Amino acid sequence: MSPLDDTSTGIGRNRRPGDIRLDLRLIADMIDPGSRVLDIGCGDGALLDYLVYEKQVDGRGIELSMDGVHSCVSHGLSVIQGDADTDLKDYPSGAFDYVVLSQTLQAMRAPRKVLEELVRIGRRAIISFPNFGYWRIRASLLLMGRMPVTERLGYEWYETPNIHFCTIKDFTSLCDRLDITIERSVILGRDNRPTRLASADGIANFFGEQGVFMLRRNGTQE
Amino acid sequence: MTAPIPFRQPPSGGSAAGPLKGTVSEGANLRVVLGTERPMRLDCGVELENFTIAYSTYGTLNTDKSNAILICHALTGDHFVADYHPVTGKPGWWSMLVGPGRPIDTDRYFIICSNVIGGCMGSVGPAETNPATGKPYGLDFPVITIADMVRAQKLLIDHLGIDKLFCVVGGSMGGMQVLQWTVSYPDNVFAALPIATAARHSAQNIAFHEVGRQAIMADPDWCAGDYLNQGKRPHRGLAVARMAAHITYLSEAALHRKFGRNLQNRTTVTYGFDADFQVESYLRHQGITFVDRFDANSYLYITRAMDYFDLAAEHGDVLANAFRHKGNATPVRFCLTSFSSDWLFPTPESRAVVHALNAVAANVSFVEVKTDKGHDAFLLEEPEFHQVVRGFMDGCAEHRGLTRKRTEPA
Repeated sequence: MSPLDDTSTGIGRNRRPGDIRLDLRLIADMIDPGSRVLDIGCGDGALLDYLVYEKQVDGRGIELSMDGVHSCVSHGLSVIQGDADTDLKDYPSGAFDYVVLSQTLQAMRAPRKVLEELVRIGRRAIISFPNFGYWRIRASLLLMGRMPVTERLGYEWYETPNIHFCTIKDFTSLCDRLDITIERSVILGRDNRPTRLASADGIANFFGEQGVFMLRRNGTQE
Repeated sequence: MTAPIPFRQPPSGGSAAGPLKGTVSEGANLRVVLGTERPMRLDCGVELENFTIAYSTYGTLNTDKSNAILICHALTGDHFVADYHPVTGKPGWWSMLVGPGRPIDTDRYFIICSNVIGGCMGSVGPAETNPATGKPYGLDFPVITIADMVRAQKLLIDHLGIDKLFCVVGGSMGGMQVLQWTVSYPDNVFAALPIATAARHSAQNIAFHEVGRQAIMADPDWCAGDYLNQGKRPHRGLAVARMAAHITYLSEAALHRKFGRNLQNRTTVTYGFDADFQVESYLRHQGITFVDRFDANSYLYITRAMDYFDLAAEHGDVLANAFRHKGNATPVRFCLTSFSSDWLFPTPESRAVVHALNAVAANVSFVEVKTDKGHDAFLLEEPEFHQVVRGFMDGCAEHRGLTRKRTEPA
């Protein structure tokens, strides 16, 4: 089950080149061609497929759902069935140029531990997640008194795989605590449209529907 | 389910003569004598020279010899992958997977499969004649290992003039050989597809093998391994060994689905020891037909080779170290597949290999196929598994620069 109900990512050689969801494209644009990339929670492999075939990266994936893994491997992608919460510890430090966690952080049992592993395994980590501080979500809780079910987060509370929601503010403060540097951030508004908001900006936490962050571990913490 | 049509129709034209030097022979049931220039040293210390390997090929080797796939067979398999079997007359054991347009595409790849050493379908083994005595080896045949089987395969590949195999693929014991290939000859393998296998044989599996061996050795017709010289065959022992082993290839669910507690051609139990139940009748049939095509001593030697298999043992008991190569991760691209109801080589065994490969950041895919067919699933109609094989092969072919269509030899 994908943490988001929007799974129309369009994998496969049949898709048109460059035809991937906007937020995935944004992540792809942050990645240098030919680099080594680990995509955690790669779903049906849309991003990985794009990276491997359009940007010639040495790409690998981890995916929890058998359907996702099956789809990826059947398309010739290097993907293992595994659980980010338990399987990241096997990888050596600095094994990848980029480790990507796209729309999956909120489904982790131990997001803090996962975050630490990401910046250990990858020289850079790229993380995107839905912002629980987004005004529509706040409004849903404030005005309706109900757990928000939005277009992007389409699960009822009793069946959602998303167990650790956070706001952009929560996330940046955790990065501070873990001595992780946010090198870049892009705040996406409605319909995955990038805004010019900075992550440290309180307004971003209100108007941003999701955030994409490029992280690295502080050198002093080596 | 319709029976797959094998690659070649019977009678398959085999050649008993070795291929001419400098040419690649293609066809069913070929023979080559290896270890002619220098003997092959086995793990046990014995040196084998001028030994025969039986093999089959399918498809055409391309001009730069980059489209060769080696298929490694399982314990009781042989090199009749996609031909009719000469003894049973049945389609080859992987006709489902190997053929024109099939996941292992004979229109695209040059496929090789050899009978393992220690086997009994033409390669050197305990049933073959010992040149020193002019009689069958019997127990004088040296104890062989999975690594020895792979050494012989490497000599065959060298003989065929192939430097780098596009892919090595196999299930069960075949998967052990695949893993051994990647460790022994990482520079000579582009991709590896070990299926329903493990990096070492578990205590439980050694135990089952020991039951089989004891059944053979308890048969008076085994004659301490000398039955061929005495004109006897330990059929009863070998059949019991096969019956016990066969149970381990199936899942409880598969046995239940196939037979349940159904009675065999009778309406009530007979209060005797006939095959009252269908499952008994089925197992007896499996045992009886097996002895026609398999040599009892071969069964002892090959089960022993599996028992001795432990890939981590030579690498400080750290499996990941087996996959380090010249200070880096193994260059081989892996795809591991397990089957959810396989209790002989359960998923955690494959996962252990995946974890070891992750520890060196090797290129690895891993799929557990949901099925209730047990260990035997790798030999059966499993569309999801076949898609995985096809997808992995296609992806690797793209990275290897193999064109979609077969390159015609110049």
